[in-house]
Amino acid sequence: MTVETMTFGKALNAGLRRAMADDSRVLLMGEDIGPLGGVFRITEGLQEEFGESRVLDTPLAESGIVGTAIGLAMAGFRPVVEIQFDGFVFPAFDQITTQLAKLTNRHDGRQPFPVVIRIPYGGHIGAVEHHQESPEAYFAHTPGLRVISPSTPNDAYWMIQQAIAGNDPVIFLEPKSRYWPKGEVDLNEPAAATPYQARVARSGTDVTLVGHGAMVTVLLQAAAQAESEGVSCEVIDLRSLSPIDYQPVLDSVRKTGRMVYGQEAPGNVSVGSEVAATVMERAFFSLEAPVLRVSGFDTPFPPAKLEGLYLPDADRILEAVDRSLAY
Amino acid sequence: MTDILDTSDQAGMVPADSPDVVRILNPDGTIAPTAAAEQYLPLIDALTEFDLEQFYRDMVISRVFDQQATNLQRQGQLALWPPSFGQEAAQVGSAHAARAQDHIFPSYREHIVTTIRGVDPLDIIKLMRGLSHGGWDPKDPKNGNTHIYTLVLGSQTLHATGYAMGLTFDGRAASGDIERDEAVLVYYGDGASSQGDVHEAMVFAASYRTPEVFFMQNNQWAISVPVSRQSRTPLYRRAAGYMPSVQVDGNDVLASFAVTRRALDEARAGDGPRAIEAVTYRRGAHTTSDDPTKYRTRNEEAAWAERDPIARMRAYLESRGAESAFFADVDEEAAATADDARQRTTQLPSPTAESMFTHVYTDAHPLMAEQRAWLADYEASFEEGRA
Repeated sequence: MTVETMTFGKALNAGLRRAMADDSRVLLMGEDIGPLGGVFRITEGLQEEFGESRVLDTPLAESGIVGTAIGLAMAGFRPVVEIQFDGFVFPAFDQITTQLAKLTNRHDGRQPFPVVIRIPYGGHIGAVEHHQESPEAYFAHTPGLRVISPSTPNDAYWMIQQAIAGNDPVIFLEPKSRYWPKGEVDLNEPAAATPYQARVARSGTDVTLVGHGAMVTVLLQAAAQAESEGVSCEVIDLRSLSPIDYQPVLDSVRKTGRMVYGQEAPGNVSVGSEVAATVMERAFFSLEAPVLRVSGFDTPFPPAKLEGLYLPDADRILEAVDRSLAY
Repeated sequence: MTDILDTSDQAGMVPADSPDVVRILNPDGTIAPTAAAEQYLPLIDALTEFDLEQFYRDMVISRVFDQQATNLQRQGQLALWPPSFGQEAAQVGSAHAARAQDHIFPSYREHIVTTIRGVDPLDIIKLMRGLSHGGWDPKDPKNGNTHIYTLVLGSQTLHATGYAMGLTFDGRAASGDIERDEAVLVYYGDGASSQGDVHEAMVFAASYRTPEVFFMQNNQWAISVPVSRQSRTPLYRRAAGYMPSVQVDGNDVLASFAVTRRALDEARAGDGPRAIEAVTYRRGAHTTSDDPTKYRTRNEEAAWAERDPIARMRAYLESRGAESAFFADVDEEAAATADDARQRTTQLPSPTAESMFTHVYTDAHPLMAEQRAWLADYEASFEEGRA
């Protein structure tokens, strides 16, 4: 077993490198991803290693990047697109939702569309407008797309490779506040056979905490604090937002009877809403309290000086845990 | 004082020739090349009598088929039909200009191009009858590398450009072998020319020097909006900001063939992308849901009827000595094709309920499996109830 400690960003870089080495049809496309290595340096060194026709510094036009990636997929390539920041994916929203998501179906399954769209997302970095958003619900709502989000370096390394090896379009959401912390990466064996399985990140018996991306770290912090107050929380990292792997969530709720969903995104019509509704439908008689959601507010992401108020932290999660336990 | 919103000075009737227009056949069917057309004449001289007759035959057959499809919609057999009526020369000329190894990305009015490449017209009917969103397999050799329709205007220009980038990366163009080098021919219209995707496609095409031709049919109308609202300058000059661009009389099948053949061969040779504006006229409605009497005049329609592509080619063939038996044969073949289409349309099978779920994803997907099973059980519950 080869285990290395590295940052989430380096793990992604290593995962991309391995995917490109494994399959010569894998191409990277995006803005500033060549000599600069991307604004977050996730593709650092890859153009030098694989050349300019496999790591494409494209013109500055997101719809153009995704639209040409679709054409390259039709020609037998496996494009991996980098969108520079979450808020800049929307110029490509039409190509993603009306084309990429529907083309397999439009072709009656005669042609796969293995396009991966990497999007750094979420807050905690004190940035300007359009640079801290969580747009996952738009994509999870779109049939034909898969939406996944790793929360650890090990998952970053493996899930990017699994996304590229699959035959469907994948929106790959990278929690940008997690780019820098380090973790152990097993370079031989993936933690899960597919990126579409939820993961129990911490076992517990009293309350189930569920979330995705950077929020998993917050949930784990909350669980540690709760433990010191005598409350045992189970933490589930959803990993995949479409499709959602409900079994571990339902198993946990049947054990605890209580659930809190944590997310940075606005709560209205969110992934947390969908999970809450499904848990209510499928585990109604196990519930001791209503499923609660702790979300970003239903406002535009605020100026950075207010992000600490906007983004759910461990205290807001614990406040919801207390409300749940009060039933 | 000029009203900046007034486009009436540019709208309506037949636009004046630009000095650069390529035309070989006059509306009366006489050969009268414009100055810009001179360089293309060797391509026309190389055409055989059979080629010329084939151009005419394809134009007539496609018009009769188009009329049949329009009738089928009127009779409730199709949900919708976007007629190609009037655009036969631009489509027949450009389709025959493409070589067998080329790749075609149509919009949704390219029934003529698509059929010439080998697609069964019934596969187009499937889309308009509500049986499929696609209709045919672009990878099936019989379909001549023709991709399926896209209804979001201009989207396909980016797909075509990505595909052409792939041809370059794979060394499938620019070898110098004209019979082997591949090129992409993408169709769009004057309305779509305002879409950002078309401009982004041209940016990428120019940047990566794709082996690709952007073929615009300017049919003067985007549903009810005249081309003068899309652009204050002739559209071929807009494209010239990105790549060499030519304006051709799109009702002249010979000129449409020649400019497209030249552009594709330059593109496949590695000279970079090319743009063509084919000036034509949508003689029919935008689709069968449209009513052109609300936005254009009979005088305008009559003026364009005078420039009809089929009458023009027929007059030319007659001047070359084609006999009435030839024209009668073509009419007979067209009628037979249309009858066959009508007959087969009503026999097309309906899609199965489970087909909704089968191809949403390529790899297995739990939600699809779950919902497909649920629907099957739900449907079966009615069967049991009846028994």
